[in-house]
Amino acid sequence: MALVLTSEQIMLRDNARSFLAKNAPVAHLRKLRDSNDPTGFSRELWKQFAQMGWAGILVPPDYDGLGLGHVEAGVVMEELGHTLTPSPLLATSLVGATAIARAGTDAQKRTHLSRVAAGELTVTLAVDEAAKHHPEKTALRAARGTGGFTLKGEKTFVLDGHVADLVIVAARTAGVPGDRRGLTLFLVNREAKGLKAERIAMVDVHNAARLEFDDVKVPADAVLGEIDAGCEPLEGALDVGRAGVAAELLGMADEVFTRTVSYLRERKQFGKLIGEFQALQHRAAILYCELEVARSAVLKALQSLDESFATASPVVSMAKAKAGTTATLAVQEAVQMHGGIGMTDEFDVGFFMKRARVGQELFGDANFHADRLARLNHY
Amino acid sequence: MSDPETFRKDTRAWLESNCPPEMRRPPEGEEDTCWGGRRWKFQSDAQRLWLKRMAAKGWTVPEWPAEYGGGGLSRAEAKILREEMRALGCRSPLDSFGIWMLGPALLKYGNEAQKREHLPKIARGEIRWCQGYSEPGSGSDLASLQTRAEDRGDYFVVNGSKIWTSYADQADWIFCLVRTDTKAPKHEGISFVLFDMESPGVSTSPILLISGKSPFCQTFFEDVAVPKANLVGQLNKGWDIAKFLLTHEREMIGGMGMTGGRHRSLGEVAADTVGMEDGTLADPLLRGQIASFEVDSWAFALTLDRVGDLFKSGQAHPAVSSMLKYYGAELNKRRLELMVSAGGSEVLEWEGSRSRDGFTVRSWLRSKANSIEGGTSEVQLNIIAKRILNLPGA
Repeated sequence: MALVLTSEQIMLRDNARSFLAKNAPVAHLRKLRDSNDPTGFSRELWKQFAQMGWAGILVPPDYDGLGLGHVEAGVVMEELGHTLTPSPLLATSLVGATAIARAGTDAQKRTHLSRVAAGELTVTLAVDEAAKHHPEKTALRAARGTGGFTLKGEKTFVLDGHVADLVIVAARTAGVPGDRRGLTLFLVNREAKGLKAERIAMVDVHNAARLEFDDVKVPADAVLGEIDAGCEPLEGALDVGRAGVAAELLGMADEVFTRTVSYLRERKQFGKLIGEFQALQHRAAILYCELEVARSAVLKALQSLDESFATASPVVSMAKAKAGTTATLAVQEAVQMHGGIGMTDEFDVGFFMKRARVGQELFGDANFHADRLARLNHY
Repeated sequence: MSDPETFRKDTRAWLESNCPPEMRRPPEGEEDTCWGGRRWKFQSDAQRLWLKRMAAKGWTVPEWPAEYGGGGLSRAEAKILREEMRALGCRSPLDSFGIWMLGPALLKYGNEAQKREHLPKIARGEIRWCQGYSEPGSGSDLASLQTRAEDRGDYFVVNGSKIWTSYADQADWIFCLVRTDTKAPKHEGISFVLFDMESPGVSTSPILLISGKSPFCQTFFEDVAVPKANLVGQLNKGWDIAKFLLTHEREMIGGMGMTGGRHRSLGEVAADTVGMEDGTLADPLLRGQIASFEVDSWAFALTLDRVGDLFKSGQAHPAVSSMLKYYGAELNKRRLELMVSAGGSEVLEWEGSRSRDGFTVRSWLRSKANSIEGGTSEVQLNIIAKRILNLPGA
């Protein structure tokens, strides 16, 4: 497959771009922050996402979704990176929908996927338990009892965790933290007894929460996939999330880069446009190269998820690592080249820096993914 | 084109029965790369046979038209051929500046007689070409070149000197930028000519480099007579061809960062020298650097693919080759820094069979020229700033 977007994908991108510029620019995020919005995203906007089909972008048509590919999902994620629009798309429609569609029983799919596509059900994945992403170290216990399981433990950095309707919980049913074997996924209602969600006021003003499971009882049919063999579907859902975040990071990097280059063309100092200074020209040119290289990585990762889902992990890790370091560089250069104004809250660049930091950390940072790639390559 | 899967199957079968086993091992030294030419001494019968068979199919230059010695393959077919060669570990049968640079230029700018004369000899590896661009006083500022060609009716007389002429002492012919109008602005008085290195008045002097090798020469021209039939394109329009060729050269050097499967991976080299502990390299800092490099080098390899696809669909920015040149050169330098770091004291041997006469350490030194030759990294960044980013005053 050619490593370029098809004309349909370009059309989707252009439509997403103009929709978001009109309905949810960075000012939308700023307003949510300034009003201390308790939900953290606009439900009205989410309804519109559902009407356009985005909520069910990966949901198979049998369950009323668009059934598009990961490239299309990534295209939308990249555009969300341009505007920093907070929405349940990542947690619900990429990660959550993938886990249910790939590991769920017919009954689970029937119950949940159509509602996801309709924008009626938000989902999230609760995986992290410590400051750094490391799914295999999952310690939250799920003890088998009569008629079901009892969950005990804590989760953190759970996207939309305080508002999602359904939580997919990675829990340990066997083995010890660090084992791949012995993980099981559970579908848990956020209103379940014993489940406490505490919203975290995040630096990027996007949603995340700490979840405490205090002997949460779930029935046997809450198991998503096979008992003790949850690692594989978990990695699959995470990889879709990772590629999605990589696309979002690319969108952010692209946006701040464009804004920075424009600024270099208009800002004058010492009687010259600052873009005339070779010290800045070269840094901008290097950043351009990094962006182009990151773009290739992200597109290939998304295409690989479409073409050979089961073997896409190495390229997804490569892309997440590359997009993370590129976005980190882009936001740093953006603030530096904008000078003092880049440090002000009034100016948007700071929002990109904050979201890029969270995006780096989300589902594993560049070091996590370089390490994963090295392991996959046996060194 | 024919059905891609059929073409792939046939190609694989042909390669399997025609590529000698010796030509399926990774090259171990420079002599394993076949450059061809009048003076070429084949390393082995296998090398000779492999060139002969591939040239007969036109597959030394798969995408050139068959009438000029090429394979007449489509871009997609050529890609399949490359993939199948990689899968079997087949070496390139012939590498040359004729293939990479002069050929594409002649296909675009040459007249019919020039194409018929020169292209088949390039394809068969009979004539080895060198490139006369840089001069002692014209490095990054290439257009300031001073080598002159005076009009003497049906021929030019060339006087001057070129430097950094790759393998000029082993080349048969040269494609050369010369000044044909000394009064015109510097870009507008340059012409592109071809001549035989055995012409009276041509001499070469190899330059010893820090790698202990002499891949480059200084080349002198004293009253060299060049027939006017050897002018490519129009008089005084040579800069267009030069720019076209620099683009090709940049893509070629850019591609060197991705030698991929041809060499042992950094992880393997480091595993031998620093050892493994619990399934990972025993030196965690080196391991991290290698892993970060692999992220970048894989992403760059994909970028070469993507830019190729963009060119195909007419969406690529023409100056994007500067990005490839810059990134590829810096990446290859980084690869060799890591290679010597991973190799430790083992690779510091300069002479001796153990190190194949210091292959790694000499390659490391050689790689430092990647960001100088074909336009320095700084020149590439200037081009990106000016032509792609439209920054002021660049």
